[in-house]
Amino acid sequence: MRFRRSDPEPEARADPTRGIELRGVSHRYGDRPVLADLDLHLTEPRIGIVGANGSGKSTFARLLNGLVVPTDGHVLVDGLDTRTSVRAVRRRVGFVFQDPDAQIVHPTVAEDAAYGLENQGVPAPERAERVTEVLARYGLDGHADHPAHLLSGGQKQLLAIAGVLVMRPARVVFDEPTTLLDLINARRIARVIDELEQQVVVVTHQLDLLEHFDRVLVIDGGRVVEDAAPRPAIAAYRALMEGR
Amino acid sequence: MTLALYVPRQSAVHRVPAGGKLLALAVLAVVLFAVPTLPVAAAGLLGVLLVGLGAARLPAASLARQARTVRWWLAGLFVFHALFSDLPTAAVTVLRLLALVLAAAVVTATTRVTEMVAVIEWLCAPLRVFGVRPARIGLVIAMALRFIPVLAERADRIREAQAARGGSARGLRGVRTTVTPLLVQLLQMAHTISEALDARGADDEPPARGRRSPVTAA
Ligand SMILES: Nc1ncnc2c1ncn2[C@@H]1O[C@H](COP(=O)(O)OP(=O)(O)O)[C@@H](O)[C@H]1O
Ligand SMILES: [Mg+2]
Repeated sequence: MRFRRSDPEPEARADPTRGIELRGVSHRYGDRPVLADLDLHLTEPRIGIVGANGSGKSTFARLLNGLVVPTDGHVLVDGLDTRTSVRAVRRRVGFVFQDPDAQIVHPTVAEDAAYGLENQGVPAPERAERVTEVLARYGLDGHADHPAHLLSGGQKQLLAIAGVLVMRPARVVFDEPTTLLDLINARRIARVIDELEQQVVVVTHQLDLLEHFDRVLVIDGGRVVEDAAPRPAIAAYRALMEGR
Repeated sequence: MTLALYVPRQSAVHRVPAGGKLLALAVLAVVLFAVPTLPVAAAGLLGVLLVGLGAARLPAASLARQARTVRWWLAGLFVFHALFSDLPTAAVTVLRLLALVLAAAVVTATTRVTEMVAVIEWLCAPLRVFGVRPARIGLVIAMALRFIPVLAERADRIREAQAARGGSARGLRGVRTTVTPLLVQLLQMAHTISEALDARGADDEPPARGRRSPVTAA
């Protein structure tokens, strides 16, 4: 149930079977081209994105929930254009950033987990219930009233993920979710991602995370230079990097 | 660095609504300043300690920490009044300020930020007629509480990184070499934070009445 909903029509028009479509997408920051000529249909449940620093991965990820709107072409999520239905798109596509410190915006754990639900106008009792449930799922139930500042790096990333999943998006995009974590915590986050029922798109340098994925895109110089199953895609990526 | 924040306990004080506690704090302040006598100041301080340590079962250390942060200020006031007024005045001044600082600490330690923010939003509600969105004010306060320790930590890390390369964070040069990278980090972080707010539907809230952009029908 949602009150204060601001654009109900696009939500009603959404067709969850369509997945994410990029049609003739290019993006420039100012006059600097960053992504070019992308035509993709992303429907697989697990999609990985790899590429060198500065190749355009984060920009690509941000296109998928309308944080970045392409300078040319269209990105459609379940048929909704990110240019015209950005709110509906963001409700359907959750986004987890690299640095948890920059995405936790409330001082305590439970308050932060509730933030997105407040924005959606979910009534307080349901909010409390869903927050309790999501914190328990990520082992943060003992920390509900603790300052987020005192959590470990891994716990902070779990809280960031909880804050997104509590909103029940149909798809979740992760931009290097394990880059700032140690091995143990990186594995924990990998397991959490593995267990999600949502469609997942993960940008990462942690190649073992992608082993069981359905599809991996290699981005280089703003273009998709390889689009295949994990094994051949990662092999192509390694070959590309060896050549540098 | 930690700010005085919520200390979870099952207590009657915790259950009092935030508005009630803030009102009590205001009343205490008025009484302490309207009746500047030693018995009233001492009773005020004793009352605050009873409520904080007794009824609310807060750890003494958390109140002691608050008292420590103002100790030099209190000591200065005491000396000033002892020299230029008299000893009783010095004692009253120090006791009532200490009582107020601790009372404020008790209120923050027993009230969730969200509850406090709700009261502030309620107080700001009349500003709506000027186009102010009270929920935004609340978010700003919550974010300030959240990011002050984060910034303090980043500043520490910058100082450490400089010390590791033999730099010194002391003096004017130290301020400059810490502040510049901190500002750069701050701006980068602010960009990500605004994206994170957007991603979690910060603008989902409909704008103030009458200014909502029309829904674009296909
Ligand atoms: N907001 C921005 N404004 C201008 N240039 C940007 C912005 N974000 C990224 N860039 C530039 O676009 C290029 C691709 O960046 P990004 O998508 O972050 O790549 P990656 O995530 O693969 O490292 C880089 O050269 C980067 O400097
Ligand atoms: Mg990136």
